[in-house]
Amino acid sequence: MRKKAWVLLAALAVLGVAGCQTTGVPSGAETGGLTNAQVALLAEQRVYFDFDSSTISGESRAIIEAHAADMRGRGRATVALEGHCDERGTREYNLALGERRAQAVARLFRALGVSANRITTVSYGEEKPVALEHNEAAWRQNRRVEIIKR
Amino acid sequence: MVRRVGLLLVAWGVIACSQTAQAVLTIEITQSADVGLPIAIVPFALQGKDKPAHDVAAVVEADLARSGRFAPVPRKHFLGTPHEDKDVVFKDWRRIKAEALLIGKKKKLPNGQWQVEFRLYDVFKGKQLAGYIFRVDENALRATAHQISDVVYERLTGEPGAFSSRIAYVTKETLKKRNVYKLQVADSDGYGPVTIVKSPEPLLSPAWSPDGGRLAYVSFEEQRSMVYAQSLVDGKREKLAEFTGINGAPAWSPDGKRLALTLSRDGNPEIYVMDAASKRLTRLTKNYAIDTEPAWSPDGRHIIFTSDRAGQPQIYRMDADGGDVTRLTFEGSYNARASYAPDGATLTLVSRNGGAYHIAILHLANNLLQVLTDTPLDESPSFAPNGRMVLYATEVRGGGVLASVSADGRVRQVFKFEQGDVREPAWSPSNQPLQYTE
Repeated sequence: MRKKAWVLLAALAVLGVAGCQTTGVPSGAETGGLTNAQVALLAEQRVYFDFDSSTISGESRAIIEAHAADMRGRGRATVALEGHCDERGTREYNLALGERRAQAVARLFRALGVSANRITTVSYGEEKPVALEHNEAAWRQNRRVEIIKR
Repeated sequence: MVRRVGLLLVAWGVIACSQTAQAVLTIEITQSADVGLPIAIVPFALQGKDKPAHDVAAVVEADLARSGRFAPVPRKHFLGTPHEDKDVVFKDWRRIKAEALLIGKKKKLPNGQWQVEFRLYDVFKGKQLAGYIFRVDENALRATAHQISDVVYERLTGEPGAFSSRIAYVTKETLKKRNVYKLQVADSDGYGPVTIVKSPEPLLSPAWSPDGGRLAYVSFEEQRSMVYAQSLVDGKREKLAEFTGINGAPAWSPDGKRLALTLSRDGNPEIYVMDAASKRLTRLTKNYAIDTEPAWSPDGRHIIFTSDRAGQPQIYRMDADGGDVTRLTFEGSYNARASYAPDGATLTLVSRNGGAYHIAILHLANNLLQVLTDTPLDESPSFAPNGRMVLYATEVRGGGVLASVSADGRVRQVFKFEQGDVREPAWSPSNQPLQYTE
């Protein structure tokens, strides 16, 4: 177990060096096992989805990886994933689609080493939009999973 | 011949939280109703000095126009205004092409009640079709008007009316940055809403029990979806489902003994049936896809539901025990939230076409999909108990409102509510207003 930890730390140190070069932070600096880029991504607490889809985009994946890395470093942290949809379509089907999105994110967290007992999911369907207009710009903002870590 | 009919109606006082501002049916008729039967409705004569709280003839006229089957003749064409049988001159009405004539009178009785009398005539045959006298409390005048509408509708179309039924729906208002959701019940024309449930968290999917005495619904008051059932008689409430995952889409069986539900407790949304008394669950669908929005056939033998097992949401039917799953919709990439008409011959559903969500009817005999609306964000269609009108939710100028469309698509009217967003309508399954004694 200890050997693995050393290997992991070494790998992260290398990554840390690689990631640091653009920020002016002294080489080799890290924060809790995350690259600086990932630390920046921790500020992102939402990942977005295409219409009718629960596929995780590359951009979303990077955000989730940052959060997963953070959770691997903080063993007692838990994450609540809330799935949401835009207003189009029927409410109950959207409740199910929101759950599918939250579960897709949960699966990725698990694949990234966060154990299932630290993850909860809930769907609000189209019931809790952040943008209330009836246009593409609003709908895009509402198709999301909220990542709430404690 | 005139019959005496008494009405037993008790106010909703026991379960009302508050009498909120009423819904008012707007003027927005999107299609002319002159395809309907021309009926002349003469304003009822008022005998005596006391004025009633409601214009009975006006309520009847609005009911009949909204049904899509009638075209009230404009009053300015009337050649006379009879109130008594002896004053009716049929050729005056034939001249203005009225096919039916409704006259009446109302007067306040010494005991405070109102006496309302009406007569309905076939103008061509020169014959009375119906005549009744009611004696009712003043607060039952609108219900009396709706009963008159039911009689007129039935005598002239041969089919039962639906004007004495109720509608349930959810409103959302934002006051001082806080959301307030209410589940309300009102008359079939939107009048007189009563709040059944009030919550700071979302409410959805109200479903009437077959006897009209209970509503099942989904509430997020505990921060996730759970199914409740609540009595409209005594307000008593029961939590029916709080399993892991989604608890949603309740639908009572026609015998009132079971509820179909969507639960994702086993990993993905599936249809279950719960015995209402024992709460025992039977799982009906076993598929990795989303299976939701169950609805029972009127004979209780089938359940239709939305499933995306073929890639996108479509309507499927299965036996009430889960067997023999058959796909029903093949047109369009999104068909959802289907429910049966009371005669079992058609379904109403949400159908997407080119990015716009419309209300449609599916004729089961020949699989014909008939689109009823052309507005782009329509949802939650619900048949009237006579199968001739569909109530649904739509968007008007950025706000959620309810509308009704006749099942042939010819007449559409929008319900204007005074506050908030309105959604999730459900039409009561019977044409009897709930009656109970204290």
